[in-house]
Amino acid sequence: MRLTLHVWRQSNARDKGGFKTYELEDVNTHMSFLEMLDVLNQDLIGRGEDPVAFDHDCREGICGSCGFVINGVAHGDQPGSTVCQLHMRHFSDGDEVTIEPWRAKAFPVVRDLVVDRSAFDRILTAGGFITVRTGSAPDANAIPIATETLEHAMDFAECIGCGACVASCPNSAAMLFVGAKIAHLGILPQGQSERHQRALAMVEAMENEAFGACTNFRACEAVCPKEISIAGIARMNKDYRKALFSGVGFSSGKKRKR
Amino acid sequence: MKLDARIPSGPLAEKWMNLRDHLKLVSPANKRKRSIIVVGTGLAGGAAAASLGELGYRVKAFCYQDSARRAHSIAAQGGINASKNYQNDGDSDFRLFYDTVKGGDFRSREANVYRLAEVSGAIIDQCVAQGIPFAREYGGYLANRSFGGAQVSRTFYARGQTGQQLLLGAYSALNAQVAAGTVEVHPRTEMLDLVVIDGRARGIVTRDMVDGSLECHVADAVLLCTGGYSNVYFLSTNAKGCNVTAAWRAHRRGAGFANPCYTQIHPTCIPQSGEYQSKLTLMSESLRNDGRVWVPLKGGDERAPGDIPEAERDYYLERLYPAFGNLAPRDISSRAAKRACDEGRGVGPGKRGVYLDFEESIGRLGEDVIRTRYGNLFDMYERITGENPYKVPMRIYPAPHYSMGGLWVDYYLMSTIPGLFVLGEANFSDHGANRLGASALMQGLADGYFVAPYTLGEYLAGAKLDEVDTSHESCRQTVNEVNERTAKLLAVKGSRSVDSFHRELGLLMLDRCGMSRTADGLTDAIAKIRDLREAYWNDVTVPGEGAEFNQELEKAGRVADHFELAELMCRDALEREESCGGHFREEYQTDEGEALRNDDDFCHVTVWEYNGADKVPTAHREPLEFETVQLAQRSYK
Ligand SMILES: Cc1cc2nc3c(=O)[nH]c(=O)nc-3n(C[C@H](O)[C@H](O)[C@H](O)COP(=O)(O)OP(=O)(O)OC[C@H]3O[C@@H](n4cnc5c(N)ncnc54)[C@H](O)[C@@H]3O)c2cc1C
Ligand code: SF4
Ligand code: FES
Repeated sequence: MRLTLHVWRQSNARDKGGFKTYELEDVNTHMSFLEMLDVLNQDLIGRGEDPVAFDHDCREGICGSCGFVINGVAHGDQPGSTVCQLHMRHFSDGDEVTIEPWRAKAFPVVRDLVVDRSAFDRILTAGGFITVRTGSAPDANAIPIATETLEHAMDFAECIGCGACVASCPNSAAMLFVGAKIAHLGILPQGQSERHQRALAMVEAMENEAFGACTNFRACEAVCPKEISIAGIARMNKDYRKALFSGVGFSSGKKRKR
Repeated sequence: MKLDARIPSGPLAEKWMNLRDHLKLVSPANKRKRSIIVVGTGLAGGAAAASLGELGYRVKAFCYQDSARRAHSIAAQGGINASKNYQNDGDSDFRLFYDTVKGGDFRSREANVYRLAEVSGAIIDQCVAQGIPFAREYGGYLANRSFGGAQVSRTFYARGQTGQQLLLGAYSALNAQVAAGTVEVHPRTEMLDLVVIDGRARGIVTRDMVDGSLECHVADAVLLCTGGYSNVYFLSTNAKGCNVTAAWRAHRRGAGFANPCYTQIHPTCIPQSGEYQSKLTLMSESLRNDGRVWVPLKGGDERAPGDIPEAERDYYLERLYPAFGNLAPRDISSRAAKRACDEGRGVGPGKRGVYLDFEESIGRLGEDVIRTRYGNLFDMYERITGENPYKVPMRIYPAPHYSMGGLWVDYYLMSTIPGLFVLGEANFSDHGANRLGASALMQGLADGYFVAPYTLGEYLAGAKLDEVDTSHESCRQTVNEVNERTAKLLAVKGSRSVDSFHRELGLLMLDRCGMSRTADGLTDAIAKIRDLREAYWNDVTVPGEGAEFNQELEKAGRVADHFELAELMCRDALEREESCGGHFREEYQTDEGEALRNDDDFCHVTVWEYNGADKVPTAHREPLEFETVQLAQRSYK
């Protein structure tokens, strides 16, 4: 099949960037979307042009490296999937396809479709963990955990940190991502001692980054490749409020640099 | 090159505890003065950096991805072994040890493997405490599944995303240390060389992958936790970025490379669908708990699988290995699949595929049970192939997956360069000639959480290390060498892309140094690889510049190292005149076509010393002494 691609090209963070159009013949329907870009890149290299830069690694939908906006939808419009898992059989001969990076102030473009998502790491560093020294854990079966509790936590633990939620939110909010981690750890018995401090520290860290506020558009939930539920955001707000009102624990204290 | 494995004395089961009782310690005040470089943030590196940070060392961790959380460990699906015996089915440290040694076809070091089994339980404890949601039974206690090569159920899992959950656990521990100020993480930073000063590893040279700048980092010790080298085959189940560069650069600086020919070709992967293919996708081995592998009895059978009656199907694993059936180990299952396809009984386009059929288990357990067990794997299969595995059997074929070989390390996980430690898939130590499923995650975390933090202390306490900084002559020189190499790659400006060379190398390796190998094929491959390497340095084209974000340049450096590694793999495979585990030399097989070991001549580790890219390397040997296990022909019948 034949495709016309409009691809965002930007050589570095300072460059203004713009769309460039490429025609691609003979796209095989079994190819993945990234393999289609590989083919385009081989063409470009052959013609002495710079290939399109995009992040990718596992190509199995789990590392969270890949991600860009295809025809206005983060990760393309196959529900519950990342770009690397999208296959060309979902496109038709003659389609025009627009490809652009995540657009969010907190995720500056590095090159072409590659963005800087380190803000996510900084939020998790503020409190996205259970403090337990290596070697100090009790026997793994010491605390039974009901399967429903476990499965519930796992539903949130599946977040791959791709950033699609931020990219599709009109306010560029990071709530789905942050809520997922707070819910994962806050649902489990092991996560209770730090539950409220954690919410406080992570929400503060989030506010120190250039993310917007949540106004309940639910666009995040619709594009999330792991189908993380916005129920995580409600849990986050609840834990955060509780932390504020009861004055528990610490605040991270540091305003982190961007 | 001197090889002293430094295996502690005493009975097998007491070696590690005895050693721990007598290891030298670094005082808390001195730990703060000691700096450690950890390259890699997968299970091995993430766990090590976090644990060393907790101990108070100053740690710098590096990875090539944009976040430490994306290391390739994230992709592991099936599970992690531990000898908890929660199933009360007779498991023990000894049994896990024995299964692993036997699974590795008696080509691993007993003492290391025993230690691995011994600390396996503590790993599960640690992970649960970190909040890793391992699957549980209705009573709320931990569940297990079975994996190949074992008759007990000892594999812990978190849906089909065990690696993801374990890595996010290690990453969270790492983050806690970043918050505490002990660990600094450098993402998008690739190590391109090792700095050796006075015979000791003292630093690394890195390239900032965003702006291309080179930098030297010095420390008191360097830990390489950089994963495996299956991407030498181009198509593999590994992430696209996986590479041998860190290990290979260390090898060039004097670290011995052990058993490079031991690679694992995993039996259950989605077959290749076309020329454009960029990687192969694993379908977790856990599927073989409930899926049955078969091909049509007769070649050339073009009927749809559902139209082939039971009597005309060959469930060849069940037939050949009745004791283990569909859970026969990987090397054996892969070769059996290859054989069935070589006989013309393969299925699907290109006929390089066999069926993995769930009809019977769906009938027995219902679709819902199968969905809870493997839902995400089934979805992934459907996304890739467009076929619904609840209705038609999956098609699978073996694919390069794991490298048992790697940098040689002693019992302390230290390489032949003092101060250079190697952890996880990057070292060679625990899996012999074949790795059993669910044991790589175990090894990475064992090395990172429970071994290196102890043995590194012994090195630091015992070594007299001079102060060095980046103005040291060796640092400057190493940076210059990296600079020159990069410039050279950019200057070729030939006519072929990096990928086109990599694909060609991969095809050659798969054919000659893949599931079966011969002396003639390997000899010829060595010559061909040399020619191809020469062509590469004369005709590759790398667009762009060094001082910018340049993914082609990153690949170009890695592929250059893959060429040198490929040659060494073939040489090692040629030299090992026996078949063992994943290394199958056609000349050495039993009447039934099974691997035929030669314990008299090859019960050793081959450790290669680098002499220059165009020179023949020197082979050294570490004899493997089995004090506890009886060497036996491996049987799964
Ligand atoms: C698809 C798949 C499924 C698997 N499933 C299982 C399973 O179910 N059970 C099991 O036990 N094992 C499984 N394995 C094997 C297992 O996942 C790996 O062996 C293991 O995770 C390797 O961990 P590691 O820490 O050694 O390396 P990795 O996780 O590969 O990490 C390597 C790290 O090194 C960094 N790095 C590499 N080179 C450089 C460089 N030059 N400079 C800077 N950084 C560098 C990378 O950025 C990364 O952080 C699976 C493997 C695959 C491919
Ligand atoms: S919540 Fe979903 S969309 Fe957001 S980072 Fe996690 S996986 Fe990606
Ligand atoms: S490349 Fe890993 S999720 Fe897409």
